[in-house]
Amino acid sequence: MANPADRLIAGRTGAWEIVIGLEVHAQVISNAKLFSGAAADFGAEPNEQVSPVDAGFPGMLPVLNGKCVEQAVKTGLGLDAQINLTSVFDRKNYFYADLPQGYQISQFTQPIVGKGEIRIDLADGSSRMIGITRLHLEQDAGKSMHDQHPTLSYIDLNRSGVALMEIVSEPDMRTAEEAGAYLKKLRSILRYLGTCDGNMEEGSMRCDCNVSVRKPGDALGTRCEIKNVNSIRFVMQAIEYEARRQIEIIEDGGTIKQETRLFDSGRGETRTMRSKEEAHDYRYFPDPDLLPLVLDPAWVETIRATMPELPDAKKSRFVNDYKLTPYDADVLVAEQSVAAFYESVAKGRDAKLAANWVTSDLFGVLNKRGLGIDQSPVSAAQLGEMLDLISDNTISSKIAKDVFAEMVETGEAAGAIVEAKGLRQVTDSGAIEAAIAAVIAANEDKVTEYRSGKDKLFGFFVGQVMKATQGKANPALLNTLLREKLAG
Amino acid sequence: MVELTDLTLAAARAGLDAREFSAVELTKAHIAAMDQARALNAFITETPDLALERAAESDARLAKGEGGVLEGLPIAIKDLFCTKGVLTTAGSHILDGFKPPYESTVTSKLWAAGAVGLGKLNLDEFAMGSANITSYYGPVINPWTPHAGAARGPLVPGGSSGGSAAAVAARIALAATGTDTGGSIRQPASFCGIVGIKPTYGRVSRWGVVAFASSLDQAGPMTRTVEDAAIMLGVMAGHDPKDSTSAPMPVPDFRAALTGDIRGLKIGIPREYRVDNMPVEIDRLWQQGIEWLRAAGAEPVEISLPMTKYALPVYYIIAPAEASANLARYDGVKFGLRVPGASLDEMYENTRAAGFGAEVKRRVLIGTYVLSAGYYDAYYLKAQRIRTLIARDFEAAFQKVDAILTPTAPSAAFAIGEKMDDPLAMYLNDVFTVPVNLAGLPGLSVPAGLSADGLPLGLQVIGRAFDEATVLRVGGVLETAAAFTATPARRG
Repeated sequence: MANPADRLIAGRTGAWEIVIGLEVHAQVISNAKLFSGAAADFGAEPNEQVSPVDAGFPGMLPVLNGKCVEQAVKTGLGLDAQINLTSVFDRKNYFYADLPQGYQISQFTQPIVGKGEIRIDLADGSSRMIGITRLHLEQDAGKSMHDQHPTLSYIDLNRSGVALMEIVSEPDMRTAEEAGAYLKKLRSILRYLGTCDGNMEEGSMRCDCNVSVRKPGDALGTRCEIKNVNSIRFVMQAIEYEARRQIEIIEDGGTIKQETRLFDSGRGETRTMRSKEEAHDYRYFPDPDLLPLVLDPAWVETIRATMPELPDAKKSRFVNDYKLTPYDADVLVAEQSVAAFYESVAKGRDAKLAANWVTSDLFGVLNKRGLGIDQSPVSAAQLGEMLDLISDNTISSKIAKDVFAEMVETGEAAGAIVEAKGLRQVTDSGAIEAAIAAVIAANEDKVTEYRSGKDKLFGFFVGQVMKATQGKANPALLNTLLREKLAG
Repeated sequence: MVELTDLTLAAARAGLDAREFSAVELTKAHIAAMDQARALNAFITETPDLALERAAESDARLAKGEGGVLEGLPIAIKDLFCTKGVLTTAGSHILDGFKPPYESTVTSKLWAAGAVGLGKLNLDEFAMGSANITSYYGPVINPWTPHAGAARGPLVPGGSSGGSAAAVAARIALAATGTDTGGSIRQPASFCGIVGIKPTYGRVSRWGVVAFASSLDQAGPMTRTVEDAAIMLGVMAGHDPKDSTSAPMPVPDFRAALTGDIRGLKIGIPREYRVDNMPVEIDRLWQQGIEWLRAAGAEPVEISLPMTKYALPVYYIIAPAEASANLARYDGVKFGLRVPGASLDEMYENTRAAGFGAEVKRRVLIGTYVLSAGYYDAYYLKAQRIRTLIARDFEAAFQKVDAILTPTAPSAAFAIGEKMDDPLAMYLNDVFTVPVNLAGLPGLSVPAGLSADGLPLGLQVIGRAFDEATVLRVGGVLETAAAFTATPARRG
């Protein structure tokens, strides 16, 4: 556990604690919307994916999409949360031009998922549990476009009715880093489960941040909510800014007003959107068009049975079975496809060696080229084959770097590159002895110095012999033979 | 020969089979009646050309020996049902020019059974009313006129399905669709001397019907005989996967239920339905109904429904609450009326101020109020709890009886202009019908007699959930005993 003082920030009047709770809206992966059966893809032309239900036409009725319910339950199980076998859809009433029904169908008093928790891992190696308050299903609204006409707004209803999971955390986070780690872990879990693609830029995952500050040990301060922040980096920036703003106000003798704020990513600051007095009275009541949602416990169990291994479990397995460091394991499990790639490379091989190659050499190439693991120029099988050549002494680790670079460029198999370029390691002791003899003969003065105690010169001789063998000499064999010869 | 417009659905269908007349002839007779009776203002949109086209298609099918249950039969549709490409107004200015790109489940089923649509019928705005005086398209006039000497102006047909009741009573349509949220089928049926049944909640799909109060709304047929109601309900009913509140229940053969045999059935007579100031003639008719059923071998049993007195206040919390949300979509953004403004909020205000009538505004305000923070528990939540108790009253009663007999409404039709400045007096019209909606049960109104002024009065039969068959069977016995043959003075 990190030093508690590290989780405080300094003000003029002493140390302050930030209290953070996050509400994440995660778009459910599903072919169809929550209640209408219309398609729910990103990127269609405006108003191409709208049924009369989504447009709030008279007499249209919602019918719950079972796939979205399954995704919510799966997510709930992934958050170690309580699955509520009875939940209720409510109408949340407010007027806005991109809310065609004049209400949003959501879940208020009886959400589908109750309390759960997420473990977050921090840079200093410590981890913390963050409580999940609830997860509920709701419809998304449409999109208003204010830049299409000088005086009018345009409305795109493609998003109207798309299923969202609102995932609400407890106010358990104390630093921007923790908030960032929470979002990364949540996104990782959602992606593992295939319930949300987690793409914040496309808006399929959005975050509202509740931030307050207090002196350590005091009661909770008044919070402000920062709406719709659309990247993890911005969430962390917004929290830092907002905490500083609040501390300054309080230290100047002011008080915090509860309000909803916006984050301006250009200026890196938050500003008022609406005050508490202007807050809506949503007049929630159960939607009479929908019956209470009652789940069969046996059905929930069938979903539980199909749950994939999640990041935390995978991480501890990697640490235990592959003897990886927690750091390497974290890096490898963040994305399911990376973990799968790694396991495919590591299977039946030196697991630590595999981890090193994947996290340093392969990631280096992918990051430089901006590629995902799915687009890797070297397949898991190809990398594995190359590791086999190292293990059976066909090539040295040093030569392997060159072979790997060639594989990245050409896509050729390691074996073929080694053969074509004659990179096979020299393990014939006669050839190496000959090279050693030549080096000793050419450097008699150095040999004398070595023999009189200048041990450091050993490296010089290794380098000379390697040079003579074009780097192909088996390093271990070379070392043994060289030591013998120099010993005289 | 009997006039074609006087036929029942059953007789007209038989006549078509027997080639006594064609669907086109039948339809032309009704179009003529529609022209004749235009002063009743029963229609918002007449579709005579479409009707003749459909009738010709029906004749072609009939000629091949094909044809559905309602093949070639001219009916009319309450203008709350969305009809593809045909103006659908809900009686409101705010839906100006709205032609739905879809057909409601109920009308789809009717057309699939061969019915010929004459047009869209007038109604109270968004089905909010009991006199059909809140329509943007003006009041509907009841085709019945009181006996000479009763010096009153034109009468209301009841509401909200006033156009439906007037059109069927005035022989403009063989039958019509209605919807009933608190009595909107049964009360106008009673006022106009026709039959109307509100089925069990969930029996008929609400998909494509403009919503008033979603947990109460239910569509049903309005006809001139119980048999016709059974036939038409059979077509309208059935599970619809597009309506999550539609019941996955098989639809029985309602017509076959009309055996006339009610021997041994226990009929509940709720003592709480003897309300203050109810005209003696209505009480007398109720007693008469009890005697008719007893004579047919049923056993009247006095029952108690103690929560009855709370039904109206509960209804006037729940229905407006749901309506306030259901009507939020009429904002000028997507369809219907838009009155521009300098800002979005101003456009909303201008549009809704101009688009909604006074009664709709009143209910949206009430509904918004009862759902507001700080009032929700005291109003909406409490009303929901009492609603549960009202439903339990009926459940307990149906442990002892098979059906319940009550008057349909506490009065006969009144004149246009009466009760208009007193919403509470107006709401009392539904005192006997509202509890049935709150409990989700089927209720049928059958014309049973005339008031001293010569105006029709109905009796209501209430049944167990999804037991429309028994309700119709008891209604059929009442119909036979009452032998109600009077017809209105004004007709097509």
